[in-house]
Amino acid sequence: MMHRMFSVVIVVATIFFVCAPVFIAWAPYESTMGLVQKIFYFHVPSWAAMFVAAFVCGIASAVFLFRGRLISDRIAVASAELVVVFGLIGLVSGPLWARKAWGVWWQWDARLTMALVLWMIFIAYLLLREYGGPGSEKLAAGVALFGMANVPFVYWSVNVWRTVHPTTNVVPTLVPGMRGPLWWSLVGFLLLYVLAMMARVRLETQRAALEQIYRELDD
Amino acid sequence: MISNGTLCGLKGDVVKVTVKRLAVLCLLLSLCIGVIETSAEEVRAQSMQSSQQDEFVPIDQLDVEDQLPAAPLLVAAYAFAWFAMFVYLWSIWRRLARVERELASLANRTTGR
Repeated sequence: MMHRMFSVVIVVATIFFVCAPVFIAWAPYESTMGLVQKIFYFHVPSWAAMFVAAFVCGIASAVFLFRGRLISDRIAVASAELVVVFGLIGLVSGPLWARKAWGVWWQWDARLTMALVLWMIFIAYLLLREYGGPGSEKLAAGVALFGMANVPFVYWSVNVWRTVHPTTNVVPTLVPGMRGPLWWSLVGFLLLYVLAMMARVRLETQRAALEQIYRELDD
Repeated sequence: MISNGTLCGLKGDVVKVTVKRLAVLCLLLSLCIGVIETSAEEVRAQSMQSSQQDEFVPIDQLDVEDQLPAAPLLVAAYAFAWFAMFVYLWSIWRRLARVERELASLANRTTGR
């Protein structure tokens, strides 16, 4: 059942990713930024996938902290890795757009700095898991909760503080020609997230099984 | 003989005429100022426009720094997204294959005992 579901998600995610550049190429040009604005169709979905991953990691960590369920811990670590991967895509594609649109690669304004801090929180989570030693899972779960709490602040920062970054008003006011490719990419990224999550959770489950066998052999 | 009342009436007329003249003068003055100001504004706008037109530089004559093409940035962003996802999925696949290999070898060892 799991294997079949995994195959279906792979096929669907591949279709979405292969078709995305075609739809993006068809999308109309933005009047002031021109061609470089099309980075938006990968930049926004990568951050959206990152935010979803951060929420999943935070909620799974809370369940692990308060209920002690091991599967929640596996989901949390898998999702934290995806926060870092999708965050990296956002942090690279953003400056490539900014270089043309703003004339600089980076600005230390509220939005950009907070997004970088959010990404670093999840790197800290993974480092803690890797090198924290026994019991670090619970400490890392606490870090994940802080990371999740940071997400709404990052999202609203453009509306609350003065930043050079476009506000959250951009997506709801898109013209229909631009809305289609954005939603297509968004669904593609979310499917990719689901696909990677399933594979990564399976890896954690297999690792746990391996550890269990070694423990039994030691006994 | 001019009566006191007639004198007052004459004075009143003089005042009225003077006020009317003053009002007309003020109106004329404000009109003149308006016309002068408008024409000055037009001259200023024309000179600004011509100076802005003088500042215009065709895109192919811009500095190299300002002629940044968008296509390489766009291609770099998309290529990086694809590359990052591919590397990550490949790393999961490798790690999973290693663990499953180890599990299989352990299972063989335990059944061999």
